[in-house]
Amino acid sequence: MKTHDKSSLLIAGGHVIDPAGRIDAPMDVLLKDGRVVEVAPPRKIKGADRRLDARGLVVTPGFIDLHVHLREPGQQYKETIATGTAAAAAGGFTSVCTMPNTAPVVDSADWVSWLRQAERGAVVNVFPIAAATRGSKGAVLTDFGALQTAEAVAVTDDGKPILDDRVMREALILGGELNFPVVQHAEDTRMTEHCSMNAGARSFRLGLRGMTTAAEASIVERDVQLVTTIPNARLHVAHVSTGDALKAVRRGKRARSRITCEVTPHHFTLIDEDMREYDSNYKMNPPLRSAADREAILVALADGTVDAIATDHAPHAAHEKEMEFERAAFGIMGLETALGLAITRLHVGKRIPLARIVELFTAGPARCFDLRGRGTLGRGAVADVTIFDPKKKWTFEAAKSRSKSRNTPFDGWQLTGKVVATIVSGTVVYG
Amino acid sequence: MNAARGSLLGIEHLEAAEILRILKFARRMNPDRPRPLLRGRRVMLLFYEASTRTRGSFELAAKAMGAHTVLIQAMGSSIEKGESLLDTGYTAQAVGAEVIVIRHPNAGAPQVMAEHIGVPVINAGDGLHEHPSQALLDAYTILKSKKSFKGLQVSIIGDIFHSRVARSACHLLSKFGVKIILCGPPELVPDIAATIAPGVRVTRHIEDALRGTDVVMLLRVQKERLVGMKIDLPEYIARYQMTPARLKTAKKDAIVMHPGPIIRGLELTSEVADGAQARILDEVHNGVPTRMAILARALGKMR
Repeated sequence: MKTHDKSSLLIAGGHVIDPAGRIDAPMDVLLKDGRVVEVAPPRKIKGADRRLDARGLVVTPGFIDLHVHLREPGQQYKETIATGTAAAAAGGFTSVCTMPNTAPVVDSADWVSWLRQAERGAVVNVFPIAAATRGSKGAVLTDFGALQTAEAVAVTDDGKPILDDRVMREALILGGELNFPVVQHAEDTRMTEHCSMNAGARSFRLGLRGMTTAAEASIVERDVQLVTTIPNARLHVAHVSTGDALKAVRRGKRARSRITCEVTPHHFTLIDEDMREYDSNYKMNPPLRSAADREAILVALADGTVDAIATDHAPHAAHEKEMEFERAAFGIMGLETALGLAITRLHVGKRIPLARIVELFTAGPARCFDLRGRGTLGRGAVADVTIFDPKKKWTFEAAKSRSKSRNTPFDGWQLTGKVVATIVSGTVVYG
Repeated sequence: MNAARGSLLGIEHLEAAEILRILKFARRMNPDRPRPLLRGRRVMLLFYEASTRTRGSFELAAKAMGAHTVLIQAMGSSIEKGESLLDTGYTAQAVGAEVIVIRHPNAGAPQVMAEHIGVPVINAGDGLHEHPSQALLDAYTILKSKKSFKGLQVSIIGDIFHSRVARSACHLLSKFGVKIILCGPPELVPDIAATIAPGVRVTRHIEDALRGTDVVMLLRVQKERLVGMKIDLPEYIARYQMTPARLKTAKKDAIVMHPGPIIRGLELTSEVADGAQARILDEVHNGVPTRMAILARALGKMR
């Protein structure tokens, strides 16, 4: 990260939506010294060094993505922190939380610090999520205290869920003591061997072994059960894809347990029947589910059960995707299409208020991992701002992505809602 | 990119009229009276998985029409050294293959290859997905005994879940309004199987499946694919094995089919396998003219 901008910047004429500050009105925003100085009605703030015309645009706290794979260290042929954060900036994200399933696994304070070094060339904030167990092998917990001191924001064994009840319990106990969220990719991998898509009519027709909803829901149910019995334990359920898992999350929240969850744009947009036959750009884990599961996700996004929209941006090289579907890598890109899909599918399509969508990109995710001074335009908050045009129609072209990879099912999609500018610590990094 | 014209990737997306065209042409083909329709053309057989009948009959079919064949098997080729599916396809095309016949353990592999190379691809069986040439030769076999699909009922008994033969057969027969009954235990015949095509229903009881049926299609219990499944073979035999007594439940003129290899004493008894109603060897025999038609179609010679 570059150092913050010393001069002042006035974002004038826009419509501010700041769910954390309960603002949804025409407002001007003044940024100075990398902080938010003032949010005030139009034309009340005078005398800024520079002015950004935001007429017709929506101005919000910088978006936060709780779930990205930037592939460093070790897999720079897929993505780097520089290219991944450039894609994040283009998608309106000012902060991304990186997953530790790299080569090697980010399971030490040293690797957490390494991810945050200026040499990595990040253009947005990088908040590392560290491994919960050594080497993400699911047996021995990492040093949560040291990871937290190194400024990791959470722990997870993403992609290799913690199946052992005892280990998960230990992780939640230790996390609870340190106020450190444990993120779980909920999948009972004993039930999903050789599976490459959702179990259902489509997988039967295609001759592909399917992952059942029970493989996801059973782990969420177990984890919710554990959290309710452990004082202060914090659980964040990654990329929830099934109605059954959402039921468990809802139950846990009702019991006032500290449980949060995220869903991805592809899960609220696509279902298994939408998949182009054997096109691995539709292959990810968790897989695209049934129409009923998507409906449950849409309900949970609207009613507050879901805390955040996270992309699970998972870039892969062409040679890992253009192959037999069952052998192809899991995962798709997501940073540059997230807002467009959210506005197109949730706001235009399902009439979910724009303010709720903004909350899912800002205050919601900030709360999940206690990202202080982020996800809000309150006075003194970090000057991370996203400016977008909610009505702009545009076509996503994968070939022009800032990511190193091209694995997306959304190439050529016409979307409504486009990022116009992304500001990190007062500096315009996109737009 | 779309698959080249003449490709045969599955039955699901094939139109009924096209299926009839292939079957009609197949009836004109006779391997004993070679027709040099494909003289000098190059057919590459790319086999990533073991095969006896399918490979042999594609090879004989190609030769009966005067084509050159090259057989590449995963074992002992660059595939073993880690060459990717697409690179193998590009190489086959570069070496001059004009049509590629591919068998592969992964569903969809023929389609992925067909979408990247410029020559027609024929699916000779892909994972659990489809086995279109088998469905066509089975249709050919049924029509030799039954004259027409009209009003027919076909009962498919055994391991439907792991069977690409069953999936292709369901698609094909359904397009002609045939009533299809799938029968076996839930592990091998999940309820969802009934959604594969219109006119398909699932039953757990063999008597229910056999009553008044015109065609009994048996499938092998694929022991090698039963990883982690709890299938009790003695119980399977007790409930689903085709015996002369059970066969009596079917119509008097019912025929018994099986894509092979058969396991005597498991899915059927020797009396049934060798009985007068069995058409198991006819199926193998009919494989050659059917595949002659498929190859001729691939190279634009099915006229």
